[in-house]
Amino acid sequence: MIDITALQAQFGSELSLSEFRDNRRVICPAEKAHALLSHLYHAAGFNYLVDITAVDYLEWENATDRFGVIYALLNMEAGERLYVKVFVNDPHPTLPTVYNLWRGADWMEREVYDMFGITFAGHPDLRRILSPDEFTAFPLRKDYPLKGRGERHNFPVITRADS
Amino acid sequence: MPLTLADLEATDAPDKEYLWTLNFGPQHPATHTTLRLILTLDGEKVINAIPHIGYLHSGFEKLAEHLDFNQYVTIVDRMNYLSPLANEIAWHHAVEKLMGIELTPRCKYLRTLLSELMRIQDHLLNVGTSALDLGAFTAFLYCFTMRERIYDIVEFASGQRFHTSYTRVGGVLFDVNLEWVNKVREFVRDFPKTHAETHRLLTRNRIFIDRIKGVGVLTKEDAINFSCAGPVARASGVVRDLRKDEPYLAYGDLDFKVCCSQGGDCYARYLVRMQEMAESLKIIEQTLENLPAGPVNVEVDGGSRAVLPAKPAVYRSIEGLIQHFEVIMPNRGFETPKEEIYAAVEAPNGELGFYIASNGTKTAYRARTRPPSYIHFAVFPHLIRGHMLSDVVAILGSLNIIAAELDR
Amino acid sequence: MAVGLPENVFLTKLDVAANWVRSNSLWPMPFATACCGIELMATASSRFDLARFGAEVMRFSPRQCDLLIVAGRVVTKMLPVLQRIWLQMPEPKWCISMGACACSGGVFDTYAVVQGVDRFIPVDLYVPGCPPRPEQLIAGIIELQNRIKQTGTLNGREFIQRTEATGPEPLELEELRRLRQATPVEGLPIFHAPDLKT
Repeated sequence: MIDITALQAQFGSELSLSEFRDNRRVICPAEKAHALLSHLYHAAGFNYLVDITAVDYLEWENATDRFGVIYALLNMEAGERLYVKVFVNDPHPTLPTVYNLWRGADWMEREVYDMFGITFAGHPDLRRILSPDEFTAFPLRKDYPLKGRGERHNFPVITRADS
Repeated sequence: MPLTLADLEATDAPDKEYLWTLNFGPQHPATHTTLRLILTLDGEKVINAIPHIGYLHSGFEKLAEHLDFNQYVTIVDRMNYLSPLANEIAWHHAVEKLMGIELTPRCKYLRTLLSELMRIQDHLLNVGTSALDLGAFTAFLYCFTMRERIYDIVEFASGQRFHTSYTRVGGVLFDVNLEWVNKVREFVRDFPKTHAETHRLLTRNRIFIDRIKGVGVLTKEDAINFSCAGPVARASGVVRDLRKDEPYLAYGDLDFKVCCSQGGDCYARYLVRMQEMAESLKIIEQTLENLPAGPVNVEVDGGSRAVLPAKPAVYRSIEGLIQHFEVIMPNRGFETPKEEIYAAVEAPNGELGFYIASNGTKTAYRARTRPPSYIHFAVFPHLIRGHMLSDVVAILGSLNIIAAELDR
Repeated sequence: MAVGLPENVFLTKLDVAANWVRSNSLWPMPFATACCGIELMATASSRFDLARFGAEVMRFSPRQCDLLIVAGRVVTKMLPVLQRIWLQMPEPKWCISMGACACSGGVFDTYAVVQGVDRFIPVDLYVPGCPPRPEQLIAGIIELQNRIKQTGTLNGREFIQRTEATGPEPLELEELRRLRQATPVEGLPIFHAPDLKT
């Protein structure tokens, strides 16, 4: 089990730990995120990155930050899971990439960028992955409507007579 | 294990005149569904591959923010459509963990049984179509015959042969009866024959082995570093199976083995899948013969307010009717903790997890899927480098990329 | 008949002969994007055996096919591909839209999914269901064969009058127009100039 007080001693007291069911979460300020993740990878044995995802807290009650990026980590040997949560904000939500730690982070970061517009500094190939290249919105942000803004109707019509 | 960007730089193809670019997909028979590769070729040798995905991106996660925990199961179905029930079980596993619902023993066993049936269904199609892509048509037909039997079984239980939408928060839609149990028994009796036939057709088939052995080798370190899970990781020697490591449902009570291999190539992945089918059959047998009696759904009173009451109770008692409306009506609904949770199960393709952020209502604020196909396809350029053009379909087949799960 | 024909010689119209040949040798092009693609596979494989109805020669090159089966949802990124495939197919050609998603968008009423392929390519026959059972698809193919036999012509004259899109206009057309007039929305100038038939 990872010891939170040891982490706090190393990375400052802004680090906080919360638990829900069996999920243990460490909330970390953005500027220390990479140092913490790097420490977890190299020193604490979290050699497996389960997932990177983000949540847009625009409509969340009493939320103070816009985006939360969640790194789900796993220690393969001990079977221990840990979730590191980092808050980032508009206008330029940016985090350092963790591609240099886990190569599996490549596409996960690209997806977070595509869906939320959070950029990962240092990522070798940060392009849109799921949406078309011409897309300019970030669909999973809460201010983007479910039915889109008419992108799905913008195509030429081919009729039977002219095909 | 290089952990620097040097690894990527080394892959940049030298700018030589004779290199040519081939577009593979998005509509191609070997992709099964829709994905696209831009291959850089030196003659027939693949120098580099750039995957382009998103040709089936349909906004699953956005829909999750607008449908409640029971309704979203119909969407989750359509994610990995080779094994729809496995997705449903994963989704409701996460929801029930969020809400703290403890399932009844009968439901646990039933879901275990169904998820193993789905594992067989998924692996059957994967083995069949990867053989089909390599030119072996017969195995495909044999596998599909057995898949139809599984379709019959789930149709008997749920009423739909494909997208069953069978699970609900705290239980399943209908209980199963003895006739269904006998149907599964027949399947358990007949399946080993097909399994053995497929083994005879493929496992020692010279042509099949020549096409896949030593192709697309993934080392153990890479498998872990690339976040692989499931059969892909286990074929590379990663001993990890959530059914054993974090037992959920009824897996803690059951006797089964985790199938691993050291090879890491396509053949190893094929063998792991074949072996897993045999193990799944063992689990099905055990759960079927030990299926506990009792209610299949969590009790409404004392248990959870989120559970749909049984139909007879809805029709014959006012309490049942009220509870039904409480769950169904859009302006009512149940309460959930204002929390975030990640929960995963071992789906046929690997670790299928859901990260749910709930703001207290019956609709998820955000539901993220951890899709195994997405993560496995990211490994593809790494695997194909240096192989022949014809190995593209072999590796694609062995990774079992499902576009709907890939793109969501 | 006075002229007494030799044995095994029949007289018929050229149209009818062509229809008979065409309807019983449909070569489907499976545009299988999602779940319906698996049911399409099931239709062609052991239990249901589409070969009994003369439509089993699945060819994955549109140049060889005359029946496009759109199986599964088509999303904005995929639709240009679908249109190109449709244009590449040689005449005479028909199109079956298989499954709720291809017919109308189905459960996926989201930003990315095209709400029915019939809005952008011509569709001859709809097979509803999510996904349709193999029997249902076979029934659809038989229905299309009957239709070809009854209305087909040698040079495809019956297609000329179909100058409108098969599908309906977007339901939220008014809302879209308003949105577009109010603000030049960021994210709209993708693909083509929007044509909302103002």
